[in-house]
Amino acid sequence: MSFSKIKFDKKIVLSFWIILIALIIAAPTLLPVFRLNLLGRYLSLSIVALGVDLIWGYTGLLSLGQGIFFALGGYCAAMYLQITSSSEFPNNIPEFFALYGVEKLPFFWEPFRSPVFTFFAIWIIPALVAGLIGFLVFRNRIKGVYFSILTQASLLVFFNFFNGQQKLINGTNGLKTDVTELFGQMVGSESMQRLFFWVTAILVIASWFFAKWVVKGRFGNILIGIRDDEPRVRFTGYNPVIFKTIIFSIAGGLAGISGALYTVQSGIVSPQFMTVPFSIEMVIWVAVGGRGTLLGAILGAVFINYAKSLVSEALPASWMFIQGGLFILVVTALPEGVLGWMQGDGPRNLLQRFGLKRKIETYPSLEVNNKEGNNE
Amino acid sequence: MELLLDSLFNGVAIGSVLLVAALGLAIVFGLMGVINLAHGELMMLGAYTTYVTQLIFKLPILKPFYNSYIIVSIFLAFIVSGVVGILLEKTIIRKLYGSPLETLLATWGVSLILQQFVRSVPLAYGTGLVISLLIGLFLPTTFSSKIKESINFKYFKFSSWVFAALTGVMTGSLISSSVSKLSRASARNVDVTAPSWMRGQVEIIGTAFPKTRLMIIVITLISVIAITLFLNQSAWGMRIRAVTQNRQMSDCLGISTEKVDIITFGIGSGLAGVAGVAVSLLGSVGPNVGGNYIVGCFMVVVLGGVGNLLGTVLASFGIGIMTDLIGAGRLLSIWPDMPLPLSNTINFFATTSMARVMIFALIVIFLQFKPTGLFPQKGRMVEN
Repeated sequence: MSFSKIKFDKKIVLSFWIILIALIIAAPTLLPVFRLNLLGRYLSLSIVALGVDLIWGYTGLLSLGQGIFFALGGYCAAMYLQITSSSEFPNNIPEFFALYGVEKLPFFWEPFRSPVFTFFAIWIIPALVAGLIGFLVFRNRIKGVYFSILTQASLLVFFNFFNGQQKLINGTNGLKTDVTELFGQMVGSESMQRLFFWVTAILVIASWFFAKWVVKGRFGNILIGIRDDEPRVRFTGYNPVIFKTIIFSIAGGLAGISGALYTVQSGIVSPQFMTVPFSIEMVIWVAVGGRGTLLGAILGAVFINYAKSLVSEALPASWMFIQGGLFILVVTALPEGVLGWMQGDGPRNLLQRFGLKRKIETYPSLEVNNKEGNNE
Repeated sequence: MELLLDSLFNGVAIGSVLLVAALGLAIVFGLMGVINLAHGELMMLGAYTTYVTQLIFKLPILKPFYNSYIIVSIFLAFIVSGVVGILLEKTIIRKLYGSPLETLLATWGVSLILQQFVRSVPLAYGTGLVISLLIGLFLPTTFSSKIKESINFKYFKFSSWVFAALTGVMTGSLISSSVSKLSRASARNVDVTAPSWMRGQVEIIGTAFPKTRLMIIVITLISVIAITLFLNQSAWGMRIRAVTQNRQMSDCLGISTEKVDIITFGIGSGLAGVAGVAVSLLGSVGPNVGGNYIVGCFMVVVLGGVGNLLGTVLASFGIGIMTDLIGAGRLLSIWPDMPLPLSNTINFFATTSMARVMIFALIVIFLQFKPTGLFPQKGRMVEN
């Protein structure tokens, strides 16, 4: 797979950024709150998509369990919000505990009274869990399809655990956040939702730069090396286990941030975040957008979710067909995704087919190989 | 003793559903390195086939044979899921050969489409579609070699598809006009009622066993024996084993790996259909019924290792017995006066969902010692 980048003019890049920032500032005033909230949610999903792109697009690890880390981040945020707004309930603990006759706060809730702890927990806890799962799996050189299946199984395990523990974290009902308070305001209120939109937009851009920094330079090269030929990387003297564990926990941390942002904007976190289909959907956002292109992951997440909400509003039954078709189509016909197709030879080939552009005489594959090595 | 027997039986019953479901998955995975995420949906098709067969056997003509419908439906389910699997192999999986992760995603797409298909298409016409696929795929292979080699073979092929489509539409409308329950699409779960001779319980050594569970164990036993015989005694079985061991070498020696792939995938999918019959006896049948079993099947494949039926058998019974031991809290009743912290832990895990948590943890610990499963393939493994 070649990732030849089109060299953009600096002016175009600058104007692109100005337009983007202007849109982000203007969106809260232009859009009605309902649509703004949806856009904010999709933007927060694009952060988890960035993580999927890092581990799948760059390192070749197809994780079907990113929902674990997404939900963990969401639960961390929701626990903090619930516990800080529970002063008027009996025993000073969140309301739902009374339903199950719990009088004492479970021990793991205690640290979430502190905002500082929560701030770090949202991304460190998912990253640690991801690192642990990743290390145990990678250590044994379990990879490829086995890795995907194990991540899916651990997703199911976490789902079962969270779904079954009513007395600890309200089980299948999940934790509501929209009626809790933050900075003296209702989290579900309009002004807070505007604030969250801005926070999300800034964090999306920040995590994009972070991801760019991660894949740049030697670290990124090793990741791509692992994707393309892991044994060779090992024989060259690198230990792929460490690199895979690090990138998997980075993706976990990104998923945690994404989950927290999604939770405060959708108003609830529940074990539904850990269902099998949701985690596989994350992969398809990246696949459609273009794996191995960071911008593709973001655009894919936003556009597919937007399309999903539009189609589901109009024709509820047809979305499953469309989604299923997308999976098949993107894998068989468009393996590099839309952005990868546009950056590669796609548009030129299309124009050639309709006779709008002259065919090039040389062998393009040879040229690509000479320029930047064979990435296949 | 009685308790232990009870636990063993329950474990074997849970394990045998897993086994018959995982058998097809394991064979296909061993041969092609393909994990079929649509396997659960092929099971679902098998379960729906049982339901459709049951309703058709209630028609006046077939009413006298009603009690035998479950036997017939085993074969029908095998054929239906097998045909859908072969279509899947011919259209999608063949193109993705050598890229297992892409296959994973594509088959997930197929599973979404199949789920929505049974929700929004009347089962009668679904049956018609399967019948036309069956005829369209297999009629051309029955032509004599003289016709196959002639230039006009594509016209023969085309006309057989036309014939297949017509037959499909006719059977579809015939079924939909005679069985009203099948003429409308519905997302609701349906129930398969076992024939009278399968209801009730049997007493063996003083313990009562439900007959449906015994039936499932029998189905599993027959499937495993049949598959073992097929793989070890028949010519195609030998070819399948050869390709599993070394694809390139088998190809060089003149085995048509393409045909082997189709046959294996068809059999694997067909076994999913048989598993669907077993599943339909246990509970109600809905579009999501396959999803409940699929991850368990994956665990069996991971635990059992690739390309070894014995591994699959041991892994599924192991998981089944462990599920029952942990999930029903039987350890407590076997050993009542164990120390308090231990019994508290066991109580904590004594639900079906928590048992899954425990078993997964055990599998991960097991894989730390044997990363390639119970019975790894022998020989020097060239990575990728």
